[in-house]
Amino acid sequence: MQRLAGLSVLPAAALLAGCAVSMPEPWVKPYERERLADPIMKFSRDSLPDRHREHVFVVREGARGATGAQGGGCGCN
Amino acid sequence: MRAHAARPVRKGAAVAATRLAQRLAALLGSLLGGLFASGTARAIPLPEDKGEAMYHLYEGGGVTAQGPALLVRKSLADKVSLSGSLYVDAVSNASIDVVTTASPFKETRTAYDLGVDYVYRDASVSFGMYHSQEPDYTADSFSLDVSQEVFGGMTTVAIGFTRAIDAVEKKDSPEFSDYAKHWQYRLGLTQVLTARLLASANLEVVSDDGYLGSPYRVARVFGAAVPERNPRTRTSRALKFRLIGDLGERNAARVEYRYFWDTWDIKAHTLEGGYSTYFGEGWLADGLLRVYSQDKALFYSDNATTETTYVSRNRQLSTFRSYTVGGKLSYVYKRVPGQYEVKLNGSYERIQFDYSDFTDLRTGKPYEHAANVLQLYLSATF
Repeated sequence: MQRLAGLSVLPAAALLAGCAVSMPEPWVKPYERERLADPIMKFSRDSLPDRHREHVFVVREGARGATGAQGGGCGCN
Repeated sequence: MRAHAARPVRKGAAVAATRLAQRLAALLGSLLGGLFASGTARAIPLPEDKGEAMYHLYEGGGVTAQGPALLVRKSLADKVSLSGSLYVDAVSNASIDVVTTASPFKETRTAYDLGVDYVYRDASVSFGMYHSQEPDYTADSFSLDVSQEVFGGMTTVAIGFTRAIDAVEKKDSPEFSDYAKHWQYRLGLTQVLTARLLASANLEVVSDDGYLGSPYRVARVFGAAVPERNPRTRTSRALKFRLIGDLGERNAARVEYRYFWDTWDIKAHTLEGGYSTYFGEGWLADGLLRVYSQDKALFYSDNATTETTYVSRNRQLSTFRSYTVGGKLSYVYKRVPGQYEVKLNGSYERIQFDYSDFTDLRTGKPYEHAANVLQLYLSATF
């Protein structure tokens, strides 16, 4: 029984150890990020239209926050 | 991930545990090393010098809000980037609240903000100040945000804080004067998953203290109109996950989900998806779909049938859904590589609001309305 429990722990530990060893190594090198640098891969491309859109929703919906934008303050109630 | 060969169980487990501990220590060391690194030569760039000029319009449910907005961002000596923006909202309000319980009105809100961004190696620090003014409401805030790239630029960790103080007044009632204070704390994590896929997670907690309603709005209790009574404190949390992927052939798709919950017992889900594609010479098109759903606040009532400490008929706190469909077109008007680029942009969104427990007193049916959101803007990088 104990052996069975040990057997089930081993792969999990090995998996974690495997993850731990690969995580600190950046697996996408800077020279491989050309596609990520394209404007269509940005969460926010232009500041003013995003702020306006955020304002449109925040003054009409109960939810707010976690937009990913810095700063804040909407002057609305 | 590598598969490990089978070994005697106990010894194998002990070795694996030791290795796990070593690797966790290495991971932690790498994280801390990334956070406090002093030997790396790489540095993140300052935000691009930029100008934006926009006309914006919201029209729906008897409300028209429109006006210009301007933004300028410029770096100084490659050390700091300064930004400033101006935003004007001219509002003509004949919404259902106003039509059924008060008189239509017009007012203008003017807001401006100033920001400073500073980058040092793989970290950036942003400080911002914001001021918004309308005849009966003044808001001031300042914010501080810090972000740090780690793991060779694959991960960005961001933390931020905003402190805001509002002065609340009531037109033609000089005896009414109150305040609302807000504290916002945010935490963000952006991760490069593959050469074509990015993910992010954001958490924001907002706490408010003070007058958190409208001095003009009324609630209904036993069919009679009474001034609304809101709690003077509120704390909300929002958690958002986003994924954006390159689909090849100059196409990209994104999906995002936000869960929101607060101490007024509002729970909300927001789901949004978008698609972007380049076409022709210098054109970019975006399409989006958004669905929003929320449960009402504890003290919200369409028509209260018991006397309670707090009562509100603010439909923003009711049970409702909204559906949005939108599109955007951008065109590169002029580009001089290495010098400047000017883009013309237009976006339109159609929103449908469907309220479950907010009755249109004119018809006796649940209230619903559509809205149009238009943005026409010019953006230039230089």
